[in-house]
Amino acid sequence: MLGYLVRRIFAAVPVMGVVALFVFLLLRLTPGDPAAILAGDNATPERLERIRTSLGLNEPLIVQFVTWVNKLLHGDLGTSLISNLPVMKMISQRVEPSISLALATIILAVIVAVPLGVIAAWKHGTWIDRFVMGLSVLGFSVPVFVVGYLLIQVFAIELRWVPVQGFRSIFNGFGPFFERIILPTCALSFIYIALIARMTRAAMLDVLGEDYVRTARAKGINEVAVMMRHALRNAAVPVITVIGTGFALLISGVVVTESVFNIPGIGRLTVDAVLARDYPVIQAMILLTSLIYVIVNLLIDVAYTLLDPRIRY
Amino acid sequence: MSNTILDINNLVVSVGKKPGATKIIDGISIQVRERETLCLVGESGSGKSVTSLTTMGLLPKGTLVPTSGSVKLVGEELLSATDRRLRQLRATQMAMIFQEPMTALNPVVPVGRQIDEVLRAHTDLDGRARKKRILDMMEHVRLPQVERIFASYPHRLSGGQRQRIMIAMALVLEPKLLIADEPTTALDVTTQKQILTLIRDLQRDHGTAVLFITHDMGVVAEIADRVAVMRQGRLVETGPLDTVLRNPTMEYTRNLLSSVPSLVPRPPRAQSREPVVLEANELGKIYKERSFFGKGREVVAADKVTLTLRKGRTLGIVGESGSGKSTVARCIVRLIDPTSGGVRLAGREIADISRRLLQPHRQKIQIVFQDPYRSLNPRVTVGESIAEGPVNYGVAHADAMKRARELLELVGLPADAVSRYPHQFSGGQRQRIAIARALALDPDVLVADEAVSALDVSVQAQVLELLDEIQKRLGIAILFITHDLRVAAQICDEVVVMQHGRVVEQGPAAEVLTHPKEAYTKALLDAAPGRDWDFANFRPVSEGVGATA
Repeated sequence: MLGYLVRRIFAAVPVMGVVALFVFLLLRLTPGDPAAILAGDNATPERLERIRTSLGLNEPLIVQFVTWVNKLLHGDLGTSLISNLPVMKMISQRVEPSISLALATIILAVIVAVPLGVIAAWKHGTWIDRFVMGLSVLGFSVPVFVVGYLLIQVFAIELRWVPVQGFRSIFNGFGPFFERIILPTCALSFIYIALIARMTRAAMLDVLGEDYVRTARAKGINEVAVMMRHALRNAAVPVITVIGTGFALLISGVVVTESVFNIPGIGRLTVDAVLARDYPVIQAMILLTSLIYVIVNLLIDVAYTLLDPRIRY
Repeated sequence: MSNTILDINNLVVSVGKKPGATKIIDGISIQVRERETLCLVGESGSGKSVTSLTTMGLLPKGTLVPTSGSVKLVGEELLSATDRRLRQLRATQMAMIFQEPMTALNPVVPVGRQIDEVLRAHTDLDGRARKKRILDMMEHVRLPQVERIFASYPHRLSGGQRQRIMIAMALVLEPKLLIADEPTTALDVTTQKQILTLIRDLQRDHGTAVLFITHDMGVVAEIADRVAVMRQGRLVETGPLDTVLRNPTMEYTRNLLSSVPSLVPRPPRAQSREPVVLEANELGKIYKERSFFGKGREVVAADKVTLTLRKGRTLGIVGESGSGKSTVARCIVRLIDPTSGGVRLAGREIADISRRLLQPHRQKIQIVFQDPYRSLNPRVTVGESIAEGPVNYGVAHADAMKRARELLELVGLPADAVSRYPHQFSGGQRQRIAIARALALDPDVLVADEAVSALDVSVQAQVLELLDEIQKRLGIAILFITHDLRVAAQICDEVVVMQHGRVVEQGPAAEVLTHPKEAYTKALLDAAPGRDWDFANFRPVSEGVGATA
């Protein structure tokens, strides 16, 4: 197992290398002078020259790449063109809200969706099944911001149970953190509940037709044990895949929710950076997102081997 | 007179609850007594499995419903029992083992724990007592190294070991009734023999009543005390083993028995002087398993296999699973590339030429696969499937379709079947279509890879007859891959016996299958179920000696 993990981590290195190369070339190979792109439309020649020297644009491409990667490995992602702050610092300030929201969302989604999917499969064809599936269609079709504003209207404005917007770090106490994260979590988890419940139901229906489920029933054990011990664990592999990729998507795709609830996360940071053409920040965000995808995929694969003893690499 | 354990009386099972719905089981009555094995025999669709699932209360809910009659287990009515009561009875009073040991065990739970579940559900024993009981039971079913196997996952065990685990699971609480649904069908003959002996012995020790479901008359002859023959949901005939095998009263039973291919090889045909069409020379195939770092594993699937096939003759490759017989067939057809050795097809070496150069030679050798349900594209009409090959080789579409019609008639199907789809045909008919498809290219060699193994005996007999007839008419050479010695005895001129990728013995079928020289061939023949019965002549083989010859 440990050997496998080490091998997988090593296998991730070339992937990140390719991403790094792409990010590096993104700026260098775009038509036109990178310095001019970075400096913006009305820059003075002195400023252009300064940018060229600071980025080492006068050096050969390969030297530039080595220097860039070297800086990267030392945690130096460059400086924002807009705020003049180190990109590393900007991102690290923004990561906590986004990760908190993504984790909370995925946890809530799993807790709600997996049982829903299991019950729908178990009661396949009955009104319970149809109800769950109907719910899931709703989850897919209502946009996040609609759910978000509805929740705000009801729970923050009418009932005044929770604040309308904002974010507090969990390190400053659970209460303030919880009351601000609950609404965005609910809004965002809606679609993931729909997705995971659907997937769980489909995977369970497949597994329930298997011979070993019949064997389990022939043993005279009760239905709950048949469902949980025999069916669900075998159905888990596709469900875990959806949960994992869902999580990775969440990290980079929370921008709407972050806007609705005014959460200072990386989603908004990215959008702002793109609109302002803040290239160092964009580069850093691409790197970060790919890293998250690589890590999540690694975790999914590890989960596979834990769930299914037949899977060996 | 011993006690009746299972008493099924006038049982009717229908599709859905509506009156007038199709009856899958139409009024069958059978009894199984203590210490007795009743074999329920029938071809696919006869309703034998539905009968067993009804007894266990495991019918798919809502789709199949017992509508009348009764099923009594030691006097207790099961059809009206609650789910809770049925759960209590399962494993304690009645237990079941299934056909596919490969899929009947949960792949993600160690087998010991799967047996443990039975004890947890039905007894109050503590952990240590349960484990002791399980290990005892595992020894009882003659599993080796029980501690290791206890903690193993199913995929680490062989098919025979898995079936032993299933049997241990079924019998650990000493139920009064054991239902065995084709428990040895998926196993090799030598393993099958061991499992049959095991079931017999356990039954003797515990006095269990056994309802044994099978389609294989050989198995019936081995294990049954009494036989019940089913057909299309009805009971055709029932009686003691000897009576049914010797004096079947019903036409259907007679036909069923007559279809069982005999182990006695057919009379040898005269030595052939026809040209050799196919030669394999020291053919070898090694599978390499590559790993990311370090050395991969090597599996030798075929090792120095040499064989010759003449025009108009049939060569059989027989062996158990994993013997490499299918690998050899696929190497010869170049569906996979051999690692070493040569294949000469009509005098031309094809083992190492490129796929592009091979293309013109492909039409000389065609293959028919085992599973007629999966080897035809379900979305393509039968005619297009047959015509596709010739069209690839430049025949005009209209001509190819015309040929498809002729071929369908050759294999005994109506010519207008060209415009229908595979799902509109039965298994046997589909296999005929697959044969027609192979013949469409006028091959010199037809490779039949377990081509009749998935078919019921009566259909099997027809397809074998068809192959024989086609061979006589077209002078085609057939390479016949099979695990079934009976089938090999009936169709092959020569046989090659394979084990672990090597050829163990080869020679004329009449010679190898009656006077085997090698221990492995002897063991194979010995394990063939029902080898003492000459089914088609309704008598034991020993009584027939001298009478036929």
